[in-house]
Amino acid sequence: MDFITNIPLFTIVLSLFSGVLCMMLSDRAARRYTFCYEVLLIAGVAAVLFYTVKTGQAFTYVMGEFPAPWGNEIRAGVLEALTALFFLIVMLCSVTAGRRFLLVDVDDSKRNLYYTLINLMTAALLAMVWTNDIFTGYVFLEILTLTSCGILIVREIGRTTLAAVRYMIMNLLGSGLFLLGVVLLYDVTGDLLMVPMQADIARLSGDPRNMLVITMATGVLTVGLAIKSGLFPFHYWMPDTYGWATPASGSILSSLVSKCYIFLLIKIYWRVIGIEVFEKMPVRNILFVLGVCGIVFGSLSAIRASNVNRMVAFSSAAQIGYIYMGIGIGGLPGYTAAIFQIFAHSVTKSLLFLTTPRLAEASGNSLKFKDLEGSAVRDRNAGFFFLLGAFSMIGIPIFAGFSAKLLFGTAAVEVSGDRKILTVILALALSSVLNALYFLRTVIRIYQKSPNGDRTRMLHRADYNVPMGILTVLNLAMGLFSWIFADLIQSGLLMFG
Amino acid sequence: MKAKETFLKWLDGDFDLLAHVADTDEHPDPGRAELKREKRHINRRIDSSKAEHRVERAEEKGFYALYTLVAVVSCVFLIGILLFTISSLPRYGVENPETTEVVRRYVENGLEETGAVNIVAGMILDYRAFDTLGESHVLFTALICVTILLRIDNKNMQSRYEDYFKIRMERYHELTGESIAKIVGMVLIPSIFLYGIYVLLNGQNGPGGGFSGGTVMGAGLIIFAATYGFDCVDRVFTAKRLNLLTFCALGFYSFAKGYVFFMGQNGYENHIPKGTPGAILSGGLILPLDIAVGLVVACTMFGFYSLFRRGSIGGGWKSDREL
Repeated sequence: MDFITNIPLFTIVLSLFSGVLCMMLSDRAARRYTFCYEVLLIAGVAAVLFYTVKTGQAFTYVMGEFPAPWGNEIRAGVLEALTALFFLIVMLCSVTAGRRFLLVDVDDSKRNLYYTLINLMTAALLAMVWTNDIFTGYVFLEILTLTSCGILIVREIGRTTLAAVRYMIMNLLGSGLFLLGVVLLYDVTGDLLMVPMQADIARLSGDPRNMLVITMATGVLTVGLAIKSGLFPFHYWMPDTYGWATPASGSILSSLVSKCYIFLLIKIYWRVIGIEVFEKMPVRNILFVLGVCGIVFGSLSAIRASNVNRMVAFSSAAQIGYIYMGIGIGGLPGYTAAIFQIFAHSVTKSLLFLTTPRLAEASGNSLKFKDLEGSAVRDRNAGFFFLLGAFSMIGIPIFAGFSAKLLFGTAAVEVSGDRKILTVILALALSSVLNALYFLRTVIRIYQKSPNGDRTRMLHRADYNVPMGILTVLNLAMGLFSWIFADLIQSGLLMFG
Repeated sequence: MKAKETFLKWLDGDFDLLAHVADTDEHPDPGRAELKREKRHINRRIDSSKAEHRVERAEEKGFYALYTLVAVVSCVFLIGILLFTISSLPRYGVENPETTEVVRRYVENGLEETGAVNIVAGMILDYRAFDTLGESHVLFTALICVTILLRIDNKNMQSRYEDYFKIRMERYHELTGESIAKIVGMVLIPSIFLYGIYVLLNGQNGPGGGFSGGTVMGAGLIIFAATYGFDCVDRVFTAKRLNLLTFCALGFYSFAKGYVFFMGQNGYENHIPKGTPGAILSGGLILPLDIAVGLVVACTMFGFYSLFRRGSIGGGWKSDREL
């Protein structure tokens, strides 16, 4: 066994320990430690990705002395490693670029606790990505729920507390439903590990009585995670949560936390239910309809929004809709497109959520559109990054958003019937037009010359520009070399099966 | 109309419960002025005409009725399909070799493989120790979140300043009066602690373990603080010491389990003696891990109580801030 196979274990256990350690450190030390530690993690996970691509197969890691159906297990394949790598890079960029806002938004005595939460969240994200056991998924889902509320309330203004209460209620509802689903599945299969569970479900799926339980469990699991990730009828907690959180938190919540739930859901479909069994259920078509509704209604809400953060948050709802639409299309191409969209959106949305507060800062701390007039002239770098992010969201070629839309279109043509193809193409077209409508409106507004353009220009430092540059480069790489990412995702999905 | 508007605004995330409270944030809250204006606008509309008002009242009633109806119907529907699903689950207690494979090994070989008489302890701390590692960090995360929300600092002091002095006064009265509670506490508190320690140390041999023992000890600490006042508790449990205790317990947990996982996967012997089943030093790592979990749980329980009561974990606000 190569030493690299131990890295997934270290990433989880050391992240948990780092969280506890940061509680004991001062603010400065915690920040530096977290930065160094995250860089180390990225290097480690990149090594795992390289290893799995080189060997061409996934490996499992037994947690303890007891093998598969009795003890816990984690697993690393190409897709897990790629997802973990993306999540860690976005996490590091968000925390680094959002540091200056933390100085204002978080009290001195609690800033080290913010890094505690960030490290615990890293552990939870990684554990949910690596896990090969559905109950481990639930345990770390709890940690993710709590830490995501924690990084929201850390701003300590009335609004974030109120938003956190609602976010927490929705999240706990989701957790409860998820647990219910796990219990139902455990009852019929008697296993919690994914591999024996899938074997049992494949055996049981012939019997209609058991199939009812399995379908119900799948439905409950899906609804639970859909609430948590903000699928269409459940997306109303989004604008407050993302819009009022401190920018680093807003970026992490929108681009990592909700995506991690979807990744877990996809993992459950492939590795617990089994994709052949899942494709026969009606759940897929419901997700398709809700995804398309999310695309349309999220964009319509974004057009009505009166402040830029709410607009960006509502456009998240639309983008989440794309991901579920990909699941609804189904088949290898559909899931590839969905996972590509997870990456593309997390890279783009973190970019947008980290630029809007800077534009607001250049306009007297107001996020309202009419105050933002000319803010890109006052803060050139932030304006430029916003422009690139907006182009990606609209789906202009060479950006990641375009490649994602292209993948959705081709996936629909390859897999689905006529009606679905038509719906997907119409949804893509409509959404592109709506996206262009509200993002270009914002771009035009921030580049307009304003009457009060004599305000001081913003200072820029490397700790903001470098992470934003990295996110932009990733975005462009996903746009220009999309087939590399698509191939990696596809080979990872094949390892899932 | 008001209820409907408020509800719709709540859905949109525009509804402002805190409009009447002074904002504790020192920075201008973007969008607040706009919301106030909107609110005034709504108020004016409601006051505008009495006849219209009556119509709105009727509409409001209708909206509430509809809302309740939809909620009840959807809940009944959900309950119905869940009950229907449960009716088609396998019968409880019927032996099914395919679904009890995992459980059978826990029951039959648990004692031999983990060295713990209490199979549940062996299961959560040995077979599925990774889940429990996460679970103990869930508690820690909750403590951190409550600390962020409730610990008094420069940002939320303004709103809690009066509370703080009220609490100081309460604590003064607490120390001077209520002697019955003190006498009862004198009898009760040592026995609670003793019982907590017993439950904690016997997790591998009988019902109990870290979570339950820690809860009992935490309850003992809370009763101690409630009867004798925080000043007494603070002499031993300062914030620094409580943090250090949590840090050591969780750090030990992570490293012990990391070691076992690493050795187990790579096929090395981990050199942890199992001991004689039934003795107090048995079950390999289960006893030390139970102690670690118990300490974390006790610290968390006391931390919650202390944060809710006075806005700091140990010591006054000042000493907490100096940390």
